[in-house]
Amino acid sequence: MINIWEHIATFFSVENYTLFVVALGSGILCFAAGVVGTFTYLRKRALIGDVISHSVLPGVAIAFMLTGVKSPVYFIIGAILSGLLSIWIVDYVQAKSKLKPDTILALTLSVFFGVGIVLLTKIQHSGNAAQSGLDSFLFGKAASMGIWDVQLFSIIAIINVICIALFLRGFSLISFDENYAKGLGFNISFLKAFLALLTVVTVAIGVQAVGVVLMAALLITPAAGARFLTNSIPKMLSFAGLFGFLSGIIGVVISYSGTGMPTGPWIVVVLSIFALTSILFGKKRGVFARMKLRKSNNVKINNENVLKDIYKLAEDGTKTISISDLVEKEKYPLNKVKGILNRLEKDDMIDQIRGLIILSDQGRIGAREVIRKHRLWEIYLSKYFQLDVDHVHDDAEGIEHVITPEIEKHLIKLLEHPETDPHQSKIPY
Amino acid sequence: MNDFYIIFTASLVAINCALMGSFLVMRKMVMIGDAISHAVLPGIFIAYYLSGSTASLPILIGAALSGILATLMIEWFTKKARLQSDAAIGISYTLLFAIGIILISKFGANADLDQQCVLYGEIEYVSLWLQPIIGSFSLPKQSITLLIVCIILIGAVVWGYKGLFITTFDPNFALSTGVAVTFWHYFLMSGVSLTTVVSFESVGAILVIAFLSGPPAIAYLLTEDFKKMLVVACAIGIFCSAAGYYIAKWLDVSVAGAISSVIGLVFIIVFVLTSVVKSKADVISA
Amino acid sequence: MSKSPIIEVHNLTVLYGRKPALWNIDFELPEKKVIGIMGPNGSGKSTLLKSIMGVVSPTSGFTKVYDQELDDVRYKVSYVPQRQDIDWDFPASVWEIVAMGRYQKRGLFKKLTSEDKDIITDSLEKVNMLGFAKRQISQLSGGQQQRVFLARAIAQQGDLFLMDEPFAGVDIATEEMIIALLKDMKDAGKTLVIVHHDLHTAQSYFDHLVLLNTRLIASGPTNEVFTDKILTDTYGGRLTTISKISQELENKEFPIRHK
Repeated sequence: MINIWEHIATFFSVENYTLFVVALGSGILCFAAGVVGTFTYLRKRALIGDVISHSVLPGVAIAFMLTGVKSPVYFIIGAILSGLLSIWIVDYVQAKSKLKPDTILALTLSVFFGVGIVLLTKIQHSGNAAQSGLDSFLFGKAASMGIWDVQLFSIIAIINVICIALFLRGFSLISFDENYAKGLGFNISFLKAFLALLTVVTVAIGVQAVGVVLMAALLITPAAGARFLTNSIPKMLSFAGLFGFLSGIIGVVISYSGTGMPTGPWIVVVLSIFALTSILFGKKRGVFARMKLRKSNNVKINNENVLKDIYKLAEDGTKTISISDLVEKEKYPLNKVKGILNRLEKDDMIDQIRGLIILSDQGRIGAREVIRKHRLWEIYLSKYFQLDVDHVHDDAEGIEHVITPEIEKHLIKLLEHPETDPHQSKIPY
Repeated sequence: MNDFYIIFTASLVAINCALMGSFLVMRKMVMIGDAISHAVLPGIFIAYYLSGSTASLPILIGAALSGILATLMIEWFTKKARLQSDAAIGISYTLLFAIGIILISKFGANADLDQQCVLYGEIEYVSLWLQPIIGSFSLPKQSITLLIVCIILIGAVVWGYKGLFITTFDPNFALSTGVAVTFWHYFLMSGVSLTTVVSFESVGAILVIAFLSGPPAIAYLLTEDFKKMLVVACAIGIFCSAAGYYIAKWLDVSVAGAISSVIGLVFIIVFVLTSVVKSKADVISA
Repeated sequence: MSKSPIIEVHNLTVLYGRKPALWNIDFELPEKKVIGIMGPNGSGKSTLLKSIMGVVSPTSGFTKVYDQELDDVRYKVSYVPQRQDIDWDFPASVWEIVAMGRYQKRGLFKKLTSEDKDIITDSLEKVNMLGFAKRQISQLSGGQQQRVFLARAIAQQGDLFLMDEPFAGVDIATEEMIIALLKDMKDAGKTLVIVHHDLHTAQSYFDHLVLLNTRLIASGPTNEVFTDKILTDTYGGRLTTISKISQELENKEFPIRHK
């Protein structure tokens, strides 16, 4: 642990130039991937990122075989070409055969990668001294990043941001509903091809840093995490970019803190932690937020049910009842009902004095509201649902807790301010 | 003999994958196989690290456990967290794979496991570990495990054919007649995990995916009878194993890579031929 | 309504994500009739059949068949899913598909007997598809696919048939053949419940109608419920109240009371 802090200190003092360069490069790269990947995620194409990253390998190998030099420019051109070829093949085979997308994706990625490995082993066995750098395409070699790479990543990141800003509407539309976009007169095939190109270029460059298998994570994991924090696409793009950038830097710092620690996998682990955190703690969509919501629903339902029962037992709130009445007549377990009563007392709905329950004015109003909603819903059901009078109660027991003031107003208007429910009970307004 | 050992081992993997892959292809679930084959890595390493050996049993158990972990993760992401399924698959397997690589790099400096072996296996060396069978006849140890799994899978497919068939073709109808659709789902997934786990060790993740998707896809283009499809897929798998091996030997390249490439080549040929036949048939009927 | 309803649907609610597919549906169906289930697109017709067949589990409420749990009487019920839900490129022959109709009786692990094979042959003959028995299903036309599904249901030898859109996208010859077949089956004492969307043919096809639009609009003998008023209610759009309530249920993840 101390080691990490030391490294953070060194990092900020910019004494360790390599670490600085690698961290910055990885951060920018992951930022670029996270931004483009947002659309990959929204278009539910997470696995196509996997296909592209596996498919760049033969292109790189062929570029090396043709030129005989270890030039990043040739590598990237080769990678982009074979990445684009793989996407084209996936689309073509899908259009022309009865095979389903998942089969085509799996087949394409494994065959491209297989061809890549054949070429790679051929190069290795031919004893060419310059071949050593090719391995980095398999597993990534962020550590060997230079200032040149950082410049390249920055250019790509800037291009991505500019293109996405320019085509934000088009990209959002094809992610949301392709046919609708077509109907609006957008040039769908251009938008799709352009997005594919941005993705391929980003992958072709990123693969060198994290390797083929983990590249898919750089595209998809930041976007998945961002999705749990917001519903707006621009915000999602920002979160995804931020997650990417931070993970790139943190991943590199961690990997430099120990010997034999690989960079790419650490970036992916940090990214996954970011994503998991948002998935768990996201304000609205997060797992815990939804658990809390469900719990507060149950609290509300219990409160309202008990309040309603007190009101009824106390003959419309005119009499005072005891807790034992409530327990006996409504069959509530004693320990549970005590908790609910305490909550109601805290909300000023009731007062409890020596085992007696006294409804407050506010409590009376609250109880009447629940009963009113219940009876309104019963009328609604029997009027619009062809339901017999004895079939409407159960549903109303549930729905009475769901009706908002707005829906209640709407119901009263729709039902023309009814006086009695289907059981001829009066509706308390 | 070395040629035979390698082709025999690869063919067994091919058969296992063809049997399971045919069902995955028809159920549109091939990418789950992809995810499991990457996700077994941390389990394999932890088992190796704890047991201190490359013996098959602990490794198998470790791999199986992380395969199960991967499927549970994917399920948790989709059901509980309501993440879309493609992203759930993507996140789960990349995370497990990353953890696996970190463990290997950190603790496995002198391990037999390395990153390359993970991706493209070490089928070239299967004959280093031989198990005598009868007299002077022996088989590679890995192929014996694969053979046992192969027999189990053939038995399972024959025994459960109707259940797998009906739940693959028309799950709603199957449910309506009271068939336990969920049981058959997990029945198949257990088979897929078993296949992936035992094959992974000898041929690596990439060839497992190629075998799971390729031969069944080719067989699907060639036949219109599911039983024939199973047999044809196995045959294509075996053919590609042999052809791939000899090509690898001739060119002095990776065997797993060469087999994948041959699968791709066969697919292209069959795809083009069936498209030509189909378009001719269209012309005649028009 | 007759004394023993063949199907009882009790306060059935089914939610699919944000949208309720069915809300508080409550009706009973008589025996030995041809019954149409009608309503606009997305009104929950298929969901209703699927809930009765246990393919979809209800959010609340229940359904009963022959006054019993479905599991106890499954052997009496044949289900014909929607043709479009199936991948017709599946490598299988017509015979194999119809043979599935016998799996329930014979179990998944026993060989089909010659009696089963007679039944399969018979079923194919009834829909004029015997000559296609060895054909691959990918070569069939829409109408032929529908006949194969009907043959599979007939092979189940049930008394109650639930069919999801059997007339959708079929040729006239097939439609006429299916109608004739339905009449024969009704005369043989079977009950047929059919999801249908063509209003023009409803009166001539069905003895009894169930009109749905997420909620139940009407259920009764065709001559009683096939009125302008009821049809306007059925096809007059969704209820805003229900949309609002279901939005609340979904957004706030409220539980629906189980009874």
